[in-house]
Amino acid sequence: MIETSSSIPWLSLITFLPLLGAGFIVLRRSMTGPDEDQAVASAARLVALVTTGAVFVLTTILYFGIFDPNQEGFQLVESATWIGSGITYKLGVDGVSVLFVYLTAFIMPVCILASWTAVKERVADYMVAFLVLEVAIMGVFTALDLILFYVYFEASLIPMFLIIGIWGSPGTREIFARTVSNRVYAAFKFFLYTLLGSLLMLVAVIYMYLTAGTTDIPTLLETPFTVEAQRYLWLAFFASFAVKMPMWPVHTWLPDAHVQAPTGGSIVLAAVLLKMGGYGFIRFSLPMFPDASAQFAGLVFALSVIAVIYTSLVAFAQDDMKKLIAYSSVAHMGFVTMGLFTGTEQGIDGALFQMLSHGFISGAMFLCVGILYERRHTREISAFGGLAKSMKPFAFFFLFFSMANVGLPGLSGFVGEILTMVGAFQVNTWVAALSALGMILSAAYGLRLYREVVFDPPRDKEAPAMVMNRREYALLASLAGMTLWLGVHPTPTLDVFSVATRPISTQVTAAFDRLDADAEETTPQLAEGQPGHD
Amino acid sequence: MIEPFTDVVQLLPELSLSILAMVVLIASVFLEKERTRTLSLLGAAGLLGAALLASSIGGRTEAATLFGGAFSSDAFAQFGRVAVYATAALALTLGYTFFKLEKLLRPEYVVLVLFSAVGMGLMVSSSDLIAVYLGVELQSLCVYIMATLNRDSRRSTEAGLKYFVLGALSSGFLLYGASLIYGFAGSTQFEAIAAASYAEQTSVGLIFGLVFFISALAFKVSAAPFHMWTPDVYEGSPTPVTAFLAAAPKLAGMFLFGRVLVQAFPGLLDQWQPVLGLIAAASMIVGALSAILQTNIKRLMAYSSIGHMGYALMGLTAGSLSGLTGMVSYMTIYVVMTLGSFACILMMRRPEGMAENISDLSGLSQTRPGLAACFTVLFLSLAGIPPLIGFFAKLYVFVAAVEAGLFALVIIGVLTSVVATFYYLSVLRTIWFAEPTDHFVREHDPVLRLTSSGAALFVALGLIFALGALSNAATAAAASLFPALS
Repeated sequence: MIETSSSIPWLSLITFLPLLGAGFIVLRRSMTGPDEDQAVASAARLVALVTTGAVFVLTTILYFGIFDPNQEGFQLVESATWIGSGITYKLGVDGVSVLFVYLTAFIMPVCILASWTAVKERVADYMVAFLVLEVAIMGVFTALDLILFYVYFEASLIPMFLIIGIWGSPGTREIFARTVSNRVYAAFKFFLYTLLGSLLMLVAVIYMYLTAGTTDIPTLLETPFTVEAQRYLWLAFFASFAVKMPMWPVHTWLPDAHVQAPTGGSIVLAAVLLKMGGYGFIRFSLPMFPDASAQFAGLVFALSVIAVIYTSLVAFAQDDMKKLIAYSSVAHMGFVTMGLFTGTEQGIDGALFQMLSHGFISGAMFLCVGILYERRHTREISAFGGLAKSMKPFAFFFLFFSMANVGLPGLSGFVGEILTMVGAFQVNTWVAALSALGMILSAAYGLRLYREVVFDPPRDKEAPAMVMNRREYALLASLAGMTLWLGVHPTPTLDVFSVATRPISTQVTAAFDRLDADAEETTPQLAEGQPGHD
Repeated sequence: MIEPFTDVVQLLPELSLSILAMVVLIASVFLEKERTRTLSLLGAAGLLGAALLASSIGGRTEAATLFGGAFSSDAFAQFGRVAVYATAALALTLGYTFFKLEKLLRPEYVVLVLFSAVGMGLMVSSSDLIAVYLGVELQSLCVYIMATLNRDSRRSTEAGLKYFVLGALSSGFLLYGASLIYGFAGSTQFEAIAAASYAEQTSVGLIFGLVFFISALAFKVSAAPFHMWTPDVYEGSPTPVTAFLAAAPKLAGMFLFGRVLVQAFPGLLDQWQPVLGLIAAASMIVGALSAILQTNIKRLMAYSSIGHMGYALMGLTAGSLSGLTGMVSYMTIYVVMTLGSFACILMMRRPEGMAENISDLSGLSQTRPGLAACFTVLFLSLAGIPPLIGFFAKLYVFVAAVEAGLFALVIIGVLTSVVATFYYLSVLRTIWFAEPTDHFVREHDPVLRLTSSGAALFVALGLIFALGALSNAATAAAASLFPALS
């Protein structure tokens, strides 16, 4: 039924394995009475961990054993008939997507473990939501059909909506003279914001389908669109991915969603869900609409620089730890969009690397906040202090990840940021210079957070000493290991990227050259045309 | 000699349903009231039989007209009849527990459903203005009475009366339009009208007649701005009747709409496209905005259906094969989602009676996880969120509209579906995020449980197995209205 290039449909297996776990949990719950909640909860935790763990093992085998990093184009392609008339079920990975698949597979067990004791109510529902979410994310990164991609892209909203809305933090606010709980507000904002952007993309997808007669991504990559059409298509795709990224000024859903989501939700949101936007840019916007990308690069640069500087300043002013990290995410994503639209090899590779490293670092930062929140039930920066004495191992890890977030050389954050800036320097010196300012600002808010939480004298002298458990050690250590490895030895990872990004970079650079050539052609014409008006 | 006989064979489903209805009517006089269950099962079996019969005899390609052009037996009519009878059968069985507990068990209901099914069968296959009117009236009169089934309830009688008065007005529109069309085209048959619509000099009278006709049909499918009756009738009618009139007559009306426009007025595409586009846009906007403030779930479903008619009409507005295909697929999927949702709504029962407010669903995910899951899947599908099948319904009509260059309509459709998602999500928020209140009575009606879970499963997994088959069948049905293609 499914035609594959290898003997096992690896990607389908990885994508749909979590559904098996989810089905098992649902079955287990429906077979028990109402007084067996504890048994169901621990079974659900275990099943979710085993399933995501199995996905991780399979992905590791796939990445190190089966995937050929030197081969250009898509590998492990699987296809099956689906709707017909040019729309098929088709999966495959290249150097870009395989790393995001790996990131997802790595982060999901981390999320499950981070929620091990933090989530106490409706544990089975929570685990099912996470497993379904993993299916959707894996689907996004492996889909080679535009409609299939869209289906997964949107489907990821449903479990995330429930995760924020059900297990979010308490508190209410006033909207239109009605009292609404914060988490419901955040869940709605998250869903509707993303949906609006995505539906505009859907219209563009339909247009491309009607033009090319198929939604097969490899075919579409070779379909030339007219410059006029590219412009509209680019804008429609931009609407979707810019919201997802998120870019300034459509980033406002992110701080709300992050603050309200439970720890596991925050981790997956920052580490993986945001990356869908960047993945969309590299997979669709740049290679399919290179001319439009070159034309709109200025817009993207402007928005990116604003994001880097403005949201860094906003982050500095936050009282809530999660909000601070959320704004810092927006700033880091500014580097990503800037790097992508330079069209240079360094810029694109740096942007992808930045996304990957931000996945591990921001995940770890939210995990740190989650560890504190579970013990003190507050995220106020001012409620903490003196952790350097009362919680030494935590202080170490928190320093490690804060430094990685700031972009300390030797850790992964530095590699991505320096490469994107090298890329930007070749295209526009001002953009590079201004974004460098952002790096300084990130140090400012990062160090301020660290000082107030760890070094300042404790506000609450009576607060009991806090101890990390072995599960938390293991989680932080594994994330720290990834950050260190990526930072010290980034070459193998960059090599995997660059096989896939080189052709894209060539395409976009050519488009930039065409744009410059056009500009040179038109300028003299205008000059000659001037006297005619007199 | 032979010709009339084969014509009669083609109408066997309608004939046998009429006979069955009369048998039920006579039997109900002699049987005890407790036997109504038997009668309603008999009626449902008859409808299913009629659906099977229609699927086996219809779909002729050669000489597709019957009785001198009054009816067609093409694939479009076949698809429509099968869908209408199956829908009616399901809607008939859905109501049994409700009627029993509300002490409304009346055999007349079965008779009325059967007769209105016959009317709808005629609607989807008629190819003559007079036959159209016969079908529409037979269907409508039955539904007016069904709306007032609960004679002692003020709401129910008000709903029926309102429906009747406005329905009569729209029938007047229909007749006036038909007479104008007849006057200016010289015939009541679609084929002859189509020929007149291609005339060099488009006559204003024909366009006038067409506009009246479109208004009447828009009333029947509850498209804005002819939708005023919908919320009150939905709310006032007994819930199983609401389920019936949200599904079957809408399907039949939309199929009739498609046939009239494509088969009788292909030459006036430029004239009816903007009219229909306006109706579609108005329906989508009214449906999305008005639903937000509703607190009663039946009223919410009413506005939701107005919005959905807008999307289906968007496909029709394209006026192309893919547009008509999109409309047919949309309506089929819409009917499944609607019947499933109403099966869920019929399970909202407290010991003291039916619950109809959205707030009654508070915390349903904790008290009744199964029912909550069905509600969630069906409502997300109504909102058109992938991977649920409601998304693909929207995809088909959007593809057709983009193909026809109706970008303004598509953008309105996109924006309104974001607004519509908001109110569907508001229901889900009550189900998932609110604290549980009173529990519903655990339902033992297997039909309701099967329908709700079956519809939810179809909606959730349909993208794997149903899409290909559905789009093939819908394309075949739609293609039979385009003579150049078949």
